[in-house]
Amino acid sequence: MEYIPNILFAILLIAGVGYFTKNVRKLTRNIKLGKDVDRSDNKSERWKNMAMIALGQSKMVRRPIAGFLHVIVYVGFIIINIEVLEIIIDGLFGTHRIFTKVLPDSVYGFLIGTFEILAVLVLITVIIFWLRRNVIKLKRFLSAEMKGWPKSDGNIILYFEVVLMTLFLVMNATDVEFQAMNSGNIISKHIAGLFGSGEHLHTIERAAWWLHIAGILVFLNYLYYSKHLHILLAFPNTWYANLKPKGQFKNDANVTKEVMLMMDPNADPFAAPAEGEDEGEPEKFGASDVQDLNWVQLMNAYTCTECGRCTSECPANQTGKKLSPRKIMMDTRDRLEEVGKNIDANKGTFVDDGKALLNDYITPEELWACTSCNACVEACPVNIDPLSIIMEMRKYLVMEQSAAPSELNVMMGNIENNGAPWPYNQMDRLNWKDEN
Amino acid sequence: MKVPTMAEYMAEGKQPEVLFWVGCAGSFDDRAKKITKAFVKILNNANVEFAVLGAEESCTGDPAKRAGNEFLFQMQAVTNIEVMNAYEVKKVVTACPHCFNTIKNEYPSLGGNYEVVHHTQFLKSLLDDGRLTIEGGNFKGKRITFHDPCYLGRANDVYEAPRELIRKLDVELVEMKNCRKKGLCCGAGGAQMFKDAEPGNKEVNIERTEQALDVKPDIIAAGCPFCNTMMTDGIKNKEKEDSIVVQDIAELIANAQDL
Repeated sequence: MEYIPNILFAILLIAGVGYFTKNVRKLTRNIKLGKDVDRSDNKSERWKNMAMIALGQSKMVRRPIAGFLHVIVYVGFIIINIEVLEIIIDGLFGTHRIFTKVLPDSVYGFLIGTFEILAVLVLITVIIFWLRRNVIKLKRFLSAEMKGWPKSDGNIILYFEVVLMTLFLVMNATDVEFQAMNSGNIISKHIAGLFGSGEHLHTIERAAWWLHIAGILVFLNYLYYSKHLHILLAFPNTWYANLKPKGQFKNDANVTKEVMLMMDPNADPFAAPAEGEDEGEPEKFGASDVQDLNWVQLMNAYTCTECGRCTSECPANQTGKKLSPRKIMMDTRDRLEEVGKNIDANKGTFVDDGKALLNDYITPEELWACTSCNACVEACPVNIDPLSIIMEMRKYLVMEQSAAPSELNVMMGNIENNGAPWPYNQMDRLNWKDEN
Repeated sequence: MKVPTMAEYMAEGKQPEVLFWVGCAGSFDDRAKKITKAFVKILNNANVEFAVLGAEESCTGDPAKRAGNEFLFQMQAVTNIEVMNAYEVKKVVTACPHCFNTIKNEYPSLGGNYEVVHHTQFLKSLLDDGRLTIEGGNFKGKRITFHDPCYLGRANDVYEAPRELIRKLDVELVEMKNCRKKGLCCGAGGAQMFKDAEPGNKEVNIERTEQALDVKPDIIAAGCPFCNTMMTDGIKNKEKEDSIVVQDIAELIANAQDL
């Protein structure tokens, strides 16, 4: 009988971690639905980017208020997790505060004291975050795409943090032995009095302890269903981010093949494909659905935590156009999730559902409002690239559907016929020399 | 105006120091042609051996690519690369950040490998080498704000060359609320120059012009023919064309020297 708590704990832990692992597998499979792209070059620069941008939060603090508050929650989250290690060992082996046995009281007290201070700082910060979302109503949290679930999601995460931090402090405050040790109870000693004294303290302490670890496991599993995956994906996302100049858009290799063939005077346009050469399906140009994007773009979508810095810097969005780079990322993720569920429901293969990322999620009006200025890419604290998705979808509209706005067709016709976007004769290109 | 072509250089069996890629705006747009001429005046004054392609130049393909027409872009690119490679071009300078970005970043994988610089970088190097001197003269004490072109700034991380040139003019360089990495687009990029904007509540160039007006400049300096057009239109819209001028950095330098 005395092992029942240990067994219960092990079951809880296995269930929590197991279900999360199952969803991580699904997540990886969905990301791998994207096309291949090689991002294995310049490893040292990639590690440096990850260290600076994800670990070091260098792009977060460009907005000092939000950045500073975020660093508090981030540091709190990372450091307080050391405590989770103790909880897991205690839970599995039936010990109580095992680290007090291996660490000197002063060191243990220092650690827990740090956690307690961080817990209070996180609580205060989370309240400020909540006020920013719900009372101060910052513009970037009120966009059209933030209605409904995304709004609730943002708040639920904050409530989780409040509950977890409170339970941590209550657990410490009602732990009679820990309070008697009087080392590290910097915050909890001030609230210990609220709970009185007596046998019930132990009950409260146990309840807080169990709810705390259960809450952590529930939160872990909540990640997959939430925008909050960035706490994990920010790291690979910054590692695999584009390192080339932001103005350099990828040259489509399939188009190059065709162009080179056209330019080659020796090429025979009517030649039959070489023996044994499999022509296959002609490659589709650009992207109309998530499978046409590359896997880094799909990982970008799962990494986005909907902070909206991209949208608030977007010139089109600032001037009232429908385009919102954040919505591009959210739509890509939502469609990818839909495709993933379709695959699950159809025993591992995707069955056409008559829907696509283009039109059902992202409209051409949004895509054509983009000035390709890279403000969104620059603004993203974790190097997400909404612009590359917009450009792939424009490519599909123009090359597969000939659906460019008519003025752009005129411009492209001019380039094709006389080598300039305007209807001037190429022979006149040097006329300015003799004009006054 | 002395503007030799690559063909003329080749006929003499010589290579110019640099190819000046004029670009479509610089060749055909009335406002941008003034920038082209100002830049040529500076080059001639500094005794730079440059040449243009003239009628052999064609659109880089930038607006086609940004509009989604990869095929047209690559056709343009390959044609231009063939011409430039035939002339054994090593170095290219251009006053258009879109041409600059495309030739510098998107031509190499199609066989066009050149050292490509924006005209502000080129002028800066002339200055550093002592081939060009800039004196404030007419501009002394004026307030100038610089509008970062997206395809020069964020796209290629060139922020300082244009500013260093402006400072040489003995002026007061004032920065807008959004500058450098956070510079606000003029509204022309991504092929927007050639179409009407999507429905909204404001034009992007008006938003940017308002940011410029906030710092009360005498001059708005530009480094891109398209930004120049957008900002000039913005100033006209605000009926400020009598008190504020929009000029390219090449024009400012040429004017300062009364070229």
